Amino acid sequence: MSRREDFIAGVRTTTPVMLGVIPFGLVAGAAAVGAGLSLLQAIALSVVVFAGASQLAMIELLGQDATLLVVVGTALIINSRLVMYSASLAPHFTSESRRWRGLMAYIMTDQAFALSVTRYAEGMDDVTRRRWYYLGTAAPLWVVWQICTVVGVAVGASVPGWLPLRFAVPLTFLALLVPAVQTRAHATAAVVGGGVATAGATIPYNLGLVLGALLGVAAGTLVARTASEPAGGVGPEEVGE
Amino acid sequence: MTSPDPVVWLAIVFAGVGTYALRASFLFLFERFGDVPDGVETALEMVPAAVLSALVVPAVVAPEGAIAVIGNGRVPAALVAAAVAWYTESILATILSGLVALIVLGAV
Repeated sequence: MSRREDFIAGVRTTTPVMLGVIPFGLVAGAAAVGAGLSLLQAIALSVVVFAGASQLAMIELLGQDATLLVVVGTALIINSRLVMYSASLAPHFTSESRRWRGLMAYIMTDQAFALSVTRYAEGMDDVTRRRWYYLGTAAPLWVVWQICTVVGVAVGASVPGWLPLRFAVPLTFLALLVPAVQTRAHATAAVVGGGVATAGATIPYNLGLVLGALLGVAAGTLVARTASEPAGGVGPEEVGE
Repeated sequence: MTSPDPVVWLAIVFAGVGTYALRASFLFLFERFGDVPDGVETALEMVPAAVLSALVVPAVVAPEGAIAVIGNGRVPAALVAAAVAWYTESILATILSGLVALIVLGAV
């Protein structure tokens, strides 16, 4: 197969995913102007950060005049999952040049990661083929995301007052949250995270959100560990090379 | 109030650089460090559920800071949207159903 064919195969698998990305991108653009960001700031956010859930959280926090540390800290906590994707993709690209790896990192998304790793598991031996397939899944999402941001900014500025568009932001998070709850451990993380964040909603600097996220992760991890222990547990011998 | 312009720009730059570092992490360090330790991987798997819930629940239950369930249309609207998310797993359908529910409840 040529590079072009692998790229197009990637594009093809990513097309149905666009259905979820488009409204999300529109909300990101509309929410940015709604919170008082300029067009240039909204575009910069989408180009520089390029991670939807964290962008929406940043927009919400910036709209409430949160401090820099809380805005950046929240974004990085939300995006810490990307480390997991980076680790899953890395073994497939050890022989790849640093320049390509640098580009691949920039356009990494939940969707591109999931689609590519699934395809590699079915067998794709050559690193060049893997690269072009990955680019095929990731690049269209980048392009669509940027277009949707601009359209969202334009549309968001002319939304009638009776349309409660601000509510679209938590609804988008809700749409991502529901399928993320797969096990009892995830449910625990969600209940603790949401409960603590709500109880701490009046804590200054939106620290209730950060506290809720950290305690939610801790509680979920605890439940996941207890659940996996009877099956043998995690042996220290697995750590060494 | 919206944060002042310099804060917005610094937030974009720092969050952008930090997020890039997270994405690049293992793609560049894999040869040196190998796989993510199991414990860390379990914790990272919990991040979406914990963080998204910490964003959603206060925005629904306490939109003004104080917890308000009675007379708060966001609560039933979010329940409708959660059910739609569960059955359809569609972001678009979830957003639309939640917005429509909130508008209808507001009109009642």
